[in-house]
Amino acid sequence: MGRSLSFSVESGRTWARRFGLLLVVLLLSACASAPGANPRDPLEPFNRSVYRFNDALDAAVLKPVATSYRDVIPERVRQGIGNFFENLEDVWSLVNNALQFKGQAAFDSLRRVGVNTFLGWGGLFDVATEMDIEKHTKDFGHTLGYWGVAPGPYLVLPILGSSSLRDTVALPVDWKGDLVASVPHVPTRNTATVVRGIDTRSDLLKAGNMLEEAALDRYSFMRDAYLQRRRSVIYDGNPPEDESVDGASNSTDFSAPPGEPPNPTPTKSAAETLSSSGVSGEEKVKP
Amino acid sequence: MKIAFSRRLFALLLLGASTLLAIPARAADEAADALIKRLSTEVLDSIKADKAIQSGDLSRIITLVDARIMPNVNFQRMTAMAVGPAWRQATPEQQKHLQDEFKILLVRTYAGALTQVSDQTIAIKPMRAAAEDKEVVVRTEVKGRGDAIQLDYRLEKTPGEGAGWKIFNMNVLGVWLVETYRSQFAQEISAKGINGLIGTLTERNKTNAKKG
Repeated sequence: MGRSLSFSVESGRTWARRFGLLLVVLLLSACASAPGANPRDPLEPFNRSVYRFNDALDAAVLKPVATSYRDVIPERVRQGIGNFFENLEDVWSLVNNALQFKGQAAFDSLRRVGVNTFLGWGGLFDVATEMDIEKHTKDFGHTLGYWGVAPGPYLVLPILGSSSLRDTVALPVDWKGDLVASVPHVPTRNTATVVRGIDTRSDLLKAGNMLEEAALDRYSFMRDAYLQRRRSVIYDGNPPEDESVDGASNSTDFSAPPGEPPNPTPTKSAAETLSSSGVSGEEKVKP
Repeated sequence: MKIAFSRRLFALLLLGASTLLAIPARAADEAADALIKRLSTEVLDSIKADKAIQSGDLSRIITLVDARIMPNVNFQRMTAMAVGPAWRQATPEQQKHLQDEFKILLVRTYAGALTQVSDQTIAIKPMRAAAEDKEVVVRTEVKGRGDAIQLDYRLEKTPGEGAGWKIFNMNVLGVWLVETYRSQFAQEISAKGINGLIGTLTERNKTNAKKG
């Protein structure tokens, strides 16, 4: 993770070339996907294998490391470390809120960075939250989405996890805007990147346990939650009703006695009906 | 002067009496956002006052959720929405099974989330709804550390029943609960049928219960 985040201009070019190649391969395999696939996840078989890889890596390395980090480091220290990185992240949110012409959110981010950097000991203390200055986390994927770029197919990236084609394309820009990745001293940069990764993972320990209990299929759960969440953030928590995606709006009442038969062909199995109605009006998937 | 005063007093009394008379007719029906505000406050206060819950006693919090929240939820509609069109092909027994198992699963997850509550506060956002709306969305925000957590509820009007509104979907951080289960349920149903889904849910609840 440290290595892939810290590329120079030279390796950045190679990386971009490889990245382009990866996208081409992905899109080709998208065309070959099964007809019954989820319209938003044409790469499901590929994604699932990356998901399994991430899961195994997490169980073997990331989760144990994050757990001992949580158990060994006192909470106050961990809080400080988390605050420090979030303060740096607010700088990038400031840029993205500005790119989306969100004046209030950009102004809030600016005040957060100012207050936390100068009154919060370089970001170790989150004074801004105490002062009720709201946090508006935004990355470049949000900015692209805000200006109308469709998410495209769902993607699971190695180590980084859930993403979409759009958010993946936006990632290199996010890394450019990432203050940790632009630290010139390489050992410091790598250490900071690793600590941040561990800190993020340790924040997710509780959520991970809950996911294990709540989900029947963690892969679909994560995917559906990720896609909805990203869409929601782009519309500032208030997206228009999205009836087309799975053929039923989120208020369709199947328990009510049907006024008109919902299935024109009752002989069709439920799954067939679901998938065929889903394909008819899928969200604009623009490869 | 005196007469004017007593007249005004009389008018006030009349007004008061008419409100009192009006109350029994719509006794329980409150506005949707008022209901959510009341429920959120009650539940948060109970958690903050209960040491056992804070130390992670799941069974206590489940009791709290069952007693306070579930009477205000249309759980049948929620399950039917998650199951999708296949709901209508299920027998009444299958529907009951699905509903029972899904409820156990969700209440447990919800209770688990509530154990994380510490010093958060809930703010109800202003609601845009017409008086004749049969369904409304009440938007709230949980404020604590970091970004505010969006927590919205979709309610249907149930005149004269319960508090006059019932929740049938909720949204955490922009993610609708029912939608998140819909494709998982469809997957199970297409692979193993309705009974297969019931079996998977039952199995999952058993595994969860073993974890205590």
